[in-house]
Amino acid sequence: MDWQGQKLAEQLMQILLLAFAVVAFITGYFTASFQLMILTYFGGVILTTLVTVPNWPFYNRHPLKWLDSSEVEKHPKPQPSANSTSKKKPVKK
Amino acid sequence: MHSFGYRANALFTFAITILALVCAMASLSDSLNSPSPSAHVQVLNINWFQKQPNGNDEVSMTMNISADLQSLFTWNTKQVFVFLAAEYETPKNSLNQISLWDGIIPSKEHAKFWIHTSNKYRFIDQGRNLRGKEFNLTMHWHVMPKTGKMFADKIVMPGYRLPEEYR
Repeated sequence: MDWQGQKLAEQLMQILLLAFAVVAFITGYFTASFQLMILTYFGGVILTTLVTVPNWPFYNRHPLKWLDSSEVEKHPKPQPSANSTSKKKPVKK
Repeated sequence: MHSFGYRANALFTFAITILALVCAMASLSDSLNSPSPSAHVQVLNINWFQKQPNGNDEVSMTMNISADLQSLFTWNTKQVFVFLAAEYETPKNSLNQISLWDGIIPSKEHAKFWIHTSNKYRFIDQGRNLRGKEFNLTMHWHVMPKTGKMFADKIVMPGYRLPEEYR
């Protein structure tokens, strides 16, 4: 799952769950059935799980383009200097 | 760190949070309901009325209890507990409450009922104050919702009087 896919999965999860909660509450309230509300909502939760939890191919439409390993030779690692003020960790998630 | 387990955990947490929110809303929707229950009790007969050997008065009576509690039921109501209490004042206690009959109403279909019964629980005073005593019959109920707060209310029916003499 790429970066855009992660964002999409997170947003889909939140939107779908909220939407199912609203639908479940309305159906439950107007059919005067608490059980129907719970069933509708749990159906929605299961559907959302199927949509957002597995790593579906459409979450991988923006793959990262890694540099070729031959680039390493062209750009050698900077040697640690005496004043190591500019020591920064690479952003990693 | 955006793995299968991470997503499953996030989904589960969010789903349960929303479920709690929905239940709170269901509980709040109960306050939109303004019930208009009615109850009526008729004392048909004083079966017997006597002083126990230890000096306390005891009454047995036959009653007709009719009530319509259908409006207490909403989609969030699990059941309603209802009881009929005799309430009166004595020099010792400013309020005596004696439960004479109770019942559990499981659904709206059973909430309009009519019962011909003698008192289910014994009507015994703490003393000898019942002769000629005026008392109220009060229908109390406790509504038990599926989610949220339990609430109670009552209907007071005044104007009942016990006989002057033991029988």
